[in-house]
Amino acid sequence: MSCAKEELLAGCIARLIGDARHVAVGAASPIPAMAVFLLREMNRGRPRVSLLQKRSGNPFTEGSRELFDQAGQGRIDVFFLGGAQIDGEANINLVRAEGKRFPGSFGSAYMYFAAKKTILFREEHSLRVLVKKVEFVSAPGWSPPEVERHGGPVALLTGKALFLWQKERRRFQLQSVHPGSSAEDVRANTGFSYDAPALVPRTPEPTADELVLLRGSVARVIGENYPEFARRVWGALAGVGPA
Amino acid sequence: MSALPANETRFLAGADALAREIPDGACIGLPPDYSPVAMAVVRALVRRGAKDLKLLGVPVLGLCADILIGAGCVREVETSAVTLGEAGLAQRFTAAAESGAVKIIDATCPMIHTGLQATEKGVPFLPLRGVLGSDLVKNHPDWKTIDNPYTTGDPILLAKAIVPDVALFHARWADEAGNVWVGRRGELATIAHASQACYVSFEELKRGDMLEDELLAPGCISSVYVTAVAPAPRGAWPLGVPGAYGIDDAHLQLYARLAKTAAGFQQYLDEFVLQPVSA
Repeated sequence: MSCAKEELLAGCIARLIGDARHVAVGAASPIPAMAVFLLREMNRGRPRVSLLQKRSGNPFTEGSRELFDQAGQGRIDVFFLGGAQIDGEANINLVRAEGKRFPGSFGSAYMYFAAKKTILFREEHSLRVLVKKVEFVSAPGWSPPEVERHGGPVALLTGKALFLWQKERRRFQLQSVHPGSSAEDVRANTGFSYDAPALVPRTPEPTADELVLLRGSVARVIGENYPEFARRVWGALAGVGPA
Repeated sequence: MSALPANETRFLAGADALAREIPDGACIGLPPDYSPVAMAVVRALVRRGAKDLKLLGVPVLGLCADILIGAGCVREVETSAVTLGEAGLAQRFTAAAESGAVKIIDATCPMIHTGLQATEKGVPFLPLRGVLGSDLVKNHPDWKTIDNPYTTGDPILLAKAIVPDVALFHARWADEAGNVWVGRRGELATIAHASQACYVSFEELKRGDMLEDELLAPGCISSVYVTAVAPAPRGAWPLGVPGAYGIDDAHLQLYARLAKTAAGFQQYLDEFVLQPVSA
């Protein structure tokens, strides 16, 4: 069964989340949300997911600050961040680059320290996004030992590849390349240096069972909260859209 | 910190009357698009030609900021982000930031919450973990790093107390006692508690006093914080009020399409803002 790029990425994120108790999903992150709902379908409702922007039945009863207070207390295992620019030291920039203004840093400067694991996710894999050094540090990838920090990056997933973060070396390691790309293509489109094995594996596609779930119950819950996204992904696959 | 008032809520006629109370140059604390925004009052601010406003995003901003910026009402914005969510970039904000027409002070969400919480407690600052090493720290005029006085070698960031001149948002209900009900949207209560004045538009008026009702009281903001309220049915449109009506996604897409250019934005203003709108 062929799959959409979004489904491949969601399957990849689901494997990265692995065994977690509580995953929080912030602003405009439909693919990470797909991944968590897929995991819940496969693991009988585990992990707990808190969608900051859930339109009905929002999990936070004290407004948006409760997300940050929960993270500060250690109650959030996994969070997702992106970047207009991301560099080889896992610094992220959500503010400005090459004269262009981006929306802003959101809660990144706090969540990157407070959530136990952060998965960096940006679909565009290009020299303008993956840079040697970000122009503005919204949130730093690592901190000196005197700065209290409970978490940080674990991986960087793009539309071409998956990198794992090596905390001790402060460098990314190329883990796998998605179908349609190659190790050479990734090297040519990445502005920072990283480690890579001699033979780079291919990113596995979701299984047939996972695709059935993604296009059924997962598509329905995503459609409630990210209607435009759901129409784009599943509307394009005739006959498998949300019921 | 100067004292904040104990209010006796005034009842005004509608969104335009509320907008007349908000002076040019005011710093206005505003909620994100997923928390009821007083969009009818925002449109009325544009109609009355408001000038030199400072917008404070608690903690981020969306459609209301983009419209006020595009209409030339804004001098400065402090926020953690401006976004239209699924509808994409806030184009008038982006254009104003890139041209330098509006001064932008970049923040991060919990620092804004913490600054307002300092004002709730009447203290000059509160500490927050994280953030250190972000360029936000060196660019923000009001954030300072100190050593934790209870130990050694433990740097920690302080958020200075934030006191907006005005809190502005929309509520599902107001009651005859001047209380407003915002349910689980606690950031609205934080803005109200920390602001010099608080203006609230509401969907429906409830008889009596909601603080007498055990189930409604926890979602209420007491009238002690509320300067004035005014009815504005469907006043959050095209944004939503949870439990009453949803976000008008098609309208947001239309807005995002038009706001890509100054001319398209002017067309939007002419059609949906400058003449009173029936939602």
